[in-house]
Amino acid sequence: MPSELVHKYLRIDHLPHIWCAGCGNGIIMRDVAVALQELIDDPEVPVSRDKTVVVSGIGCSSRAAGYLDFDSIHTTHGRAIAFATGIKFARPDLEVIVLTGDGDCSAIGGNHLIHAARRNIGLTVVTFNNDIYGMTGGQYSPTTPTGDKATTAPYGNLDRPFDIAQLAAGAGATFTARGSAYHARETTELIKQGILHKGFSLIDVYSVCPTYYGRKNGRGGPVEMLQWQKEHMVPAATYYAMSEEARRDKTLVGVLTHTENPEYTEQYAALVERVRAQSGK
Amino acid sequence: MTPKRILMQGNEACVEGAIAAGMRFFAGYPITPSTEIAERCAQRLPQVGGRFIQMEDELASMAAVLGASVTGVKAMTATSGPGFSLKQENIGYGCLAEIPCVIVDVQRSGPSTGLPTSPSQGDYMQARWGTHGDHPVIALSPSSVQETYRLVIRAFNLSEKYRTPVIFLMDEIVGHMREGVTLPDPRELIINKRHISYHDGANKQCYAVPEGEYVPAMKPFGQGERYNITGLAHDVSGFPTNNNQIAGALYTRLMEKIDRNLDDIVRVEEHMLDDADTAVVCFGGTARAAMSAVQQARAEGMKVGLFRPITVWPFPEAHLRARLPGLKRILMVEHNYGQMLLEVQRSAADRVPVSFLGRVDGTVIPPDDILRKLREMEGNAHAK
Ligand SMILES: Cc1ncc(C[n+]2csc(CCOP(=O)(O)OP(=O)(O)O)c2C)c(N)n1
Ligand code: SF4
Repeated sequence: MPSELVHKYLRIDHLPHIWCAGCGNGIIMRDVAVALQELIDDPEVPVSRDKTVVVSGIGCSSRAAGYLDFDSIHTTHGRAIAFATGIKFARPDLEVIVLTGDGDCSAIGGNHLIHAARRNIGLTVVTFNNDIYGMTGGQYSPTTPTGDKATTAPYGNLDRPFDIAQLAAGAGATFTARGSAYHARETTELIKQGILHKGFSLIDVYSVCPTYYGRKNGRGGPVEMLQWQKEHMVPAATYYAMSEEARRDKTLVGVLTHTENPEYTEQYAALVERVRAQSGK
Repeated sequence: MTPKRILMQGNEACVEGAIAAGMRFFAGYPITPSTEIAERCAQRLPQVGGRFIQMEDELASMAAVLGASVTGVKAMTATSGPGFSLKQENIGYGCLAEIPCVIVDVQRSGPSTGLPTSPSQGDYMQARWGTHGDHPVIALSPSSVQETYRLVIRAFNLSEKYRTPVIFLMDEIVGHMREGVTLPDPRELIINKRHISYHDGANKQCYAVPEGEYVPAMKPFGQGERYNITGLAHDVSGFPTNNNQIAGALYTRLMEKIDRNLDDIVRVEEHMLDDADTAVVCFGGTARAAMSAVQQARAEGMKVGLFRPITVWPFPEAHLRARLPGLKRILMVEHNYGQMLLEVQRSAADRVPVSFLGRVDGTVIPPDDILRKLREMEGNAHAK
């Protein structure tokens, strides 16, 4: 029996989804749906379903937009954040959520990512970061670790990987966080915080692609890959209680950076007011 | 009210016309010779409650314009050759997903960086075939500053009516020219509003069209409609499909919505063609030199007329065909190596010989060159 969430927030006539069995994308899509549901149901919070728009690019992960029962737009490869910028700038009252892959947002779309972060425009970007190009069959992406294998790195990847969250923070994002497919509850909370944050927020969620990344790199199936996340990724409360030594091979699941800076569309609204006052209108 | 007459540059007239048409969103990236359009939008849009954003590149500008348009705002971008190339993938997206917007291309000499400040009409074919895949294109080309103002309004109207990106194909000659322009009384302008409709939640067939119609009404995002837009082939609910029949029907409808409305879309200017045996075909800024050459040729007793496509895509094939019976020869004049020439030859189909005068060195074709060519063509005819 599909849960109430599925009935209410997914387009059930378009399920089953296209993803492989064991793919992390379904879990992260669910985290996004739960985060939105909890915010929409909370009378204290101004998030409304009819004023929420989901934007995605191209890739396995980007198909998530079509399954979510909101206004949704599945755009071109790499351009989700640029489309989303147009939507948010034209209608600042909308909550604009971008669902994107590591390739989509940091390779072909890397320029839009850093410039949207720099403007601090109020988008919430959720990356489904599986360290590989899933949709095209397992080529290396900007997050594939050095030395790992991909169909286009049969002898091991020479490139050094990006940390997408650090990249966004360095470019000016005012909220960055890391989640994982395994840590669903924590990730859902981080997505909620990202949505509530005024300004550009990015939640880099480590996904799993057992079909390509897992198989190419001997990481086992979905269970083993999620087990790895359980063992190597640590929620903030535990992480900060650990010794430096113990943290060395661990990745934090939680907020990475959080600052307050003026949001772009609010600044523009103020500019319009100033200009109109000057021209006496 | 007496109409206002002011001195304006073509690029400025483009912005003022667009604002009169209801354009309230501009995203762009500077490039000569279109930059004045972005600059004027940056200044003017906040004054009228609109929004201007300078994006990081042309890919982003085109994407932002499409994003703005799905929220119900009339949106525009402007560029020149190199940037026009970068916009193509998302222009195709706009065609398939049926998102109205206007893309201004102030052509300059190319390929590549070429001669940035020099006139050219080298993007004529790119305007039609720049994207991948099969879809129709509407492109309009003004030949004066005055016409730029009115024609950009028409570009928005067609874009809204047919739910498609429209290319506004300017050139450096018109973009940078200063002329006196009479601004019409806004009440006298015809402005198409977006055709909006809502469906009930249960039956979200947002791309469905009634029998015999071709253009689905559009629903802005953010109004509770909750529907999907995609660049994949889709069914009437906007959801991706691999069904060949559904995809085929979609592509066919996209072609037919333009092809079946040519009478409404295609406009030409015809001068002194009724008794002419020679037609000069010319578009955009180049047509000004052609017009003066035609007048001089007439003064010399030659029976020459001007055929100027205003709608440059779809090419006004039927209009030109209708002129063929009276014609002995056609001269195509354009600032390229012969692009519209191919369309003229196709339309003339061996019934009337077509000569060509082009130029690609970045200088303008003077009326004298056209006149000389006309004399030569007539001389050759008499020598035969
Ligand atoms: C302009 C363009 N270039 C290339 C592609 C082919 N392509 C589709 S998805 C993709 C990579 C997707 O990887 P990622 O964004 O990491 O998403 P994933 O499939 O792993 O979820 C590529 C290269 C495309 N659709 N468009
Ligand atoms: S290829 Fe990888 S990312 Fe794509 S659906 Fe399959 S498991 Fe998921």
